Amino acid sequence: MKVLDQGINPLFMDPDPDKAREFFRKKPRAMVDKRMTEKEVVAKFIPDGCYLGIGGFGANRIPTAVIHEILRARRKNLGFLGHTSTHDFQLLCAGKCFNRLDAAYIVGLEARGLSPNARRYMESGEVKVCEWTNYALAARLRAAAEGVSFAIVRSMLGTDTLKMSAAKVIECPFTGKKFAAVPALWPDVAVIHVHEADMYGNAVFRGISIADLELARAAKHVIVTAERLVNNFTIRNNPTATSIPFYLVDAVVEVPYGSYPGNMPYLYFSDEEHLAAWMKAEKDPKEFEAFLDHYIYGVSCFEEYLDRCGGLKKLKELQKLETLVEK
Amino acid sequence: MSSPYNMMEMMICIASRFLEDGKTVAVGTGAPCAAAMLAQKLHSPNLIILFEAGGVAPLLPQMPISVGDSRTFFRAVMAAGMNEMMTTCCRGQVDYAFLGGAQIDKYGNINSTVVGDYYKPKVRFPGSGGANDFASFCWRTMIMTVHSKARFVEKCDFITSPGYLTGAGAREAAGLPQGGPYKIITDLAVMGFDEETRAMKVESLHPGVELDKVRAETGFELLVAKDLGRTDPPTDEELRILREEVDPLRLVIGRA
Repeated sequence: MKVLDQGINPLFMDPDPDKAREFFRKKPRAMVDKRMTEKEVVAKFIPDGCYLGIGGFGANRIPTAVIHEILRARRKNLGFLGHTSTHDFQLLCAGKCFNRLDAAYIVGLEARGLSPNARRYMESGEVKVCEWTNYALAARLRAAAEGVSFAIVRSMLGTDTLKMSAAKVIECPFTGKKFAAVPALWPDVAVIHVHEADMYGNAVFRGISIADLELARAAKHVIVTAERLVNNFTIRNNPTATSIPFYLVDAVVEVPYGSYPGNMPYLYFSDEEHLAAWMKAEKDPKEFEAFLDHYIYGVSCFEEYLDRCGGLKKLKELQKLETLVEK
Repeated sequence: MSSPYNMMEMMICIASRFLEDGKTVAVGTGAPCAAAMLAQKLHSPNLIILFEAGGVAPLLPQMPISVGDSRTFFRAVMAAGMNEMMTTCCRGQVDYAFLGGAQIDKYGNINSTVVGDYYKPKVRFPGSGGANDFASFCWRTMIMTVHSKARFVEKCDFITSPGYLTGAGAREAAGLPQGGPYKIITDLAVMGFDEETRAMKVESLHPGVELDKVRAETGFELLVAKDLGRTDPPTDEELRILREEVDPLRLVIGRA
């Protein structure tokens, strides 16, 4: 297949499907109790330097507790999948946790504006970046999930996004038309927040899937954080609902309100007040340091963070907002 | 004579008029979503709203804050994912998409990645997100933006999402499917693109705006439509529905 053009930025992960198959061949399939704490999963599955993917959509259905623990464990030099990332990205920038980045959506928090601290970090030159689009990254995960070395997309063609990616423009052997080939991406570890899981890792999320079905099937290790643990029979009573089967999952962490301050579909809305406080604190690096100490480094666990943010009272308000209960 | 309105309200009302009934539109949060909701409530009840994170045809109860928040699939017909939405666009079933960016050039190319040198950026912006995908796949893309020389530039520092690239035939040569920029709606005018050269062309001036003003706020030579028109101001009906039903909390229209 002729390569007609290609991006000039580095490819961070090996797209060889046979190396991935070798890994997956050895991955345990036993249906065993995989319950762990946030601290344990970060210690065991998220070492310095590994390549990390986060599920959800930035500030919607995100595994906040594990990200906080990554900061508290002072993880450094991670690779990061910057796919639809907003508050998750903001957090990892606050801890300067990564130094290489596949970027599709970064720095911004959608309608809330750009994160001043994420901007500072990205403009500092400390991070190696490779550009993609949201679809290109979803397609890279899909290729990995399918066990092939690349996906074909019609995105990026003719633009600087392609030039600053690691994609290649190829000619279709059937039609002669041009397409962008994007390499499969097998992250070392993915963390995905769900509504329910059993202790073996059978996981159910509701609402939109974003790229989580692909991410769970592409990542070498998968950590599921769940709003609540359910009995295995609950899963077996409605297997149609299962989003992620247990043999993909390495660890299960029960974290009620685990997507806070993000939105969790059908359960609680995002805490816009707290997210606005983040943006405000970030403007001044000194103030931001104190802010991080108060909310992340100075607390021992996620429950303590929830308490500092207003606790159950605040969470009840967010539940009302989510379910559109009239005031 | 219609009642007073701000520029955000005007841009939203104008954009909504381009969204025909029975078509599909991919939107983000903010003004594009408001335009699509307004169109649904006024003249296009069967307009299908899509969100890249997976929301398909929701009955939007209020303006979403995020393209992936739960409002985007409230009473939707499907809660899908990124691959489903983008493949729907790529196979040609999405008519309109709204885009945004820090810079736009005369062929409708958009920069939402960096201002300044790529490796030493003056400002790092979010990057493509889904914008490059929409700009590549959707039949007609639209932009709503404030009109200024800093935004309407001769050359983008970085082309994140394709318009007509270098002009006639360039999209096709790059391998992009048919489609491309359709309307640029600013606080001063509505612009389209010349059929032959694919360069940006002023089509109508908003009430009280003269051509010189538009030229002064544009960093490149603008074409002017032979039948240059006047934009109809927002009607009382448009403004009422926008204010009372679409954005009662003034999340978007309050930003003007």
